[in-house]
Amino acid sequence: MAFYVFLEWLIGLLLIAGGLFAFVGSLGMLQFKDFFMRLHGPTKGTTLGIGCILMASMVYFSVVQPGLHVQELLITLFLFITAPVTGHMLAKTGLHMHLRYTRDTRGSPPELRDEDVGQGRVARPPRPRRPASEGQKRRWRLRR
Amino acid sequence: MLDTALWISLALIVAALAMNVVRLARGPDIPDRLLALDTMYVNCIALIVLLGLWLNTKVYFEAAILIAMLGFVSTMAICRYLLRGDIIE
Repeated sequence: MAFYVFLEWLIGLLLIAGGLFAFVGSLGMLQFKDFFMRLHGPTKGTTLGIGCILMASMVYFSVVQPGLHVQELLITLFLFITAPVTGHMLAKTGLHMHLRYTRDTRGSPPELRDEDVGQGRVARPPRPRRPASEGQKRRWRLRR
Repeated sequence: MLDTALWISLALIVAALAMNVVRLARGPDIPDRLLALDTMYVNCIALIVLLGLWLNTKVYFEAAILIAMLGFVSTMAICRYLLRGDIIE
């Protein structure tokens, strides 16, 4: 009996932890200042959150229904493999499109300018930036 | 106990989805919107899993797997389109 109480607490804890992590990931995506900071929240927080929720589902169905239910591990594994790939591709896209970033975002890799585009074919030419307003400049402290 | 945890988790996921929609609407550039869509499908998988827990059924896991795979592939396709101007060369 105590074992089932423990399992119930475990499932509840995993559910709330998963919801919190997903919430924090989306909050970071909403609140951070430039694209390269915003990339951090979803790729780490949300992935961990959904991992927690899938673990909770796995434990719940293994307890409630007969047999072991490990199909959720498939989704967890898939998401944990694909999240870094997605983050990498999105970061490359952001670097390629010359998104502006704040002064606190460090590094400006020049090697991504020509090499990764391939044969000098540019998807879309670097467009002229619209001048930022004064308030935006104060907020962003633009590097360029 | 489990009902309370499920309600809290559902509320947090729905709040996360609302914030994703806000970022999708006002994201200044295309990668921001793409990132918002990517996060939205991950949150939708969480929502489907919670629905399965709520209804005490495992019917919806195939849908979750399908959404995971299609979301990854579509994000990759749009990233490649933005990077190279073409998806399959």
